[in-house]
Amino acid sequence: MAVKKYNAGVKEYRQTYWMPEYTPLDTDILACFKITPQPGVDREEVAAAVAAESSTGTWTTVWTDLLTDLDYYKGRAYNIEDVPGDDTCFYAFVAYPIDLFEEGSMVNVLTSLVGNVFGFKALRALRLEDIRFPIAYIKTCGGPPNGIQVERDKLNKYGRPLLGCTIKPKLGLSAKNYGRAVYEVLRGGLDFAKDDENVNSQPFMRWRDRFDFVMEGILKAEAETGERKGSYLNVTAATPEEMYKRAEYAKEIGAPIIMHDYLTGGLTANTGLANWCRENGMLLHIHRAMHAVLDRNPHHGIHFRVLTKVLRLSGGDHLHSGTVVGKLEGDRAATLGWIDTMRDSFIPEDRSRGLFFDQDWGSMPGVFPVASGGIHVWHMPALVNIFGDDSCLQFGGGTLGHPWGNAAGAAANRVALEACVEARNSGVEIEKEGKSVLEKAAKSSPELKIAMETWKEIKFEFDTVDKLDVAHK
Amino acid sequence: MSEMQDYKSRLSDPASRKFETFSYLPAMTDAEMKSQVQYIVNQGWNPAIEHTEPEHLMDSYWYMWKLPMFGETDVDKILGEAKACHIANPNNHVRLIGYNNFTQSQGASMVIYRGKTV
Repeated sequence: MAVKKYNAGVKEYRQTYWMPEYTPLDTDILACFKITPQPGVDREEVAAAVAAESSTGTWTTVWTDLLTDLDYYKGRAYNIEDVPGDDTCFYAFVAYPIDLFEEGSMVNVLTSLVGNVFGFKALRALRLEDIRFPIAYIKTCGGPPNGIQVERDKLNKYGRPLLGCTIKPKLGLSAKNYGRAVYEVLRGGLDFAKDDENVNSQPFMRWRDRFDFVMEGILKAEAETGERKGSYLNVTAATPEEMYKRAEYAKEIGAPIIMHDYLTGGLTANTGLANWCRENGMLLHIHRAMHAVLDRNPHHGIHFRVLTKVLRLSGGDHLHSGTVVGKLEGDRAATLGWIDTMRDSFIPEDRSRGLFFDQDWGSMPGVFPVASGGIHVWHMPALVNIFGDDSCLQFGGGTLGHPWGNAAGAAANRVALEACVEARNSGVEIEKEGKSVLEKAAKSSPELKIAMETWKEIKFEFDTVDKLDVAHK
Repeated sequence: MSEMQDYKSRLSDPASRKFETFSYLPAMTDAEMKSQVQYIVNQGWNPAIEHTEPEHLMDSYWYMWKLPMFGETDVDKILGEAKACHIANPNNHVRLIGYNNFTQSQGASMVIYRGKTV
């Protein structure tokens, strides 16, 4: 065993943490950071600094370093790449030994990887672009409480995307009026209604009243249509104790699905709730309020593909993914990259989709990507084509804004969805032929016909702020 | 814009009952049925036929019409079984399923002969 002597003082990070000769182990957690250094700081040194500050290092040598085997525990910066089309920054790849992290703890992984290092002075900006979780670590996580296959079986929905609707106005309805809106969309043909993310338990509508009226609406719509229905009851609360109380009550009244905001609620709460759902046979819809704070800046923060992987490991059966076509941010190839990350078993590295690593999920169940926000019947052909069957399409304004009301709006969406799936199965290129597919379906659905007249002119064509990095010089 | 219409759906009206995928579209023609069977075959899924009395349509388990047709790719043969099931159970819903043994799920499931709803 080599003997090391203690020398106080500041060492260059690269001496310890820059290891271009290192071959990552199958059990390492790998991370790709986009680093924008301060002027004059060289790449290897700053990459090594990021590896150090996100693992074992601190700014100076300490004598207790010599009481352990730091060469075993340290993070290693093993590769550097140019960012296509942007000279202000570069990609640094860091390998972390699996024993740096507590088993099954997304909290612990993120506390290291996006902790103090993000305030490090030698950096102007830092973004965590991607993480490769080794299968050995994945096996320590609970993951989705049910997964796509189990949810389909429970709800008896096959061969098509699921359909939902967020109840509006977001805030201010009484519980009984709110339950009315839920009942109407469900009897009209949707599978799910959804609490908006900021509906928790305000003075205008306390959670227990909402749960009771919504459940009555679900049961009546089921009896009326002969189809299984649900409504995401938002149990996000100020404390875990309150969250579990609401979840228990949802279960007690027979609700099939509850909902949680995993970023504002926090990963400790989310992981605990996912475990509770698994033990109690409840589906779990996950909202992502606050994600844009973290993922929208192309130079700083955490990319959504990382937040996607974190949620799949922490646990959730649905996760909002962006729509590509609606009013919210999203680049098509990148979105496809992270929706496959939610639901597939193995996703290969593919820089054209923003995926920096192979990701093997083994037998971990998949999460339904949820497309929601600013979409309506005219978007249906593109949505079915982009998302495929294993997705949940949610039309809020696109259901409730129908001139004849919620039930008619729901029926219009359901007819449009089924027409697109039926045409796709018959070999029609639905994105190209979308108009004629919808027009044909509208002949037997006056609800769809009016929806198509109402929303024909609406288009959302803002340019994407956070594009994939590609050379454009 | 045309006159506002009532949404016709009632607990008391059997016509309000739906039966999942494609039940919001008009009943399938023979040609449409055939292209859905072809789709299941093209995906490499195993076709199967099930049926039920319409009053039990929400049950997970319908009656199997024989066993799933593992490896069957002859579209006419599959349609023939569906039709035979329909003739033997004229008041029942008859559904066509495509079992996907990789996802351990059903890639497709649709009622292709509609029974008398209750």
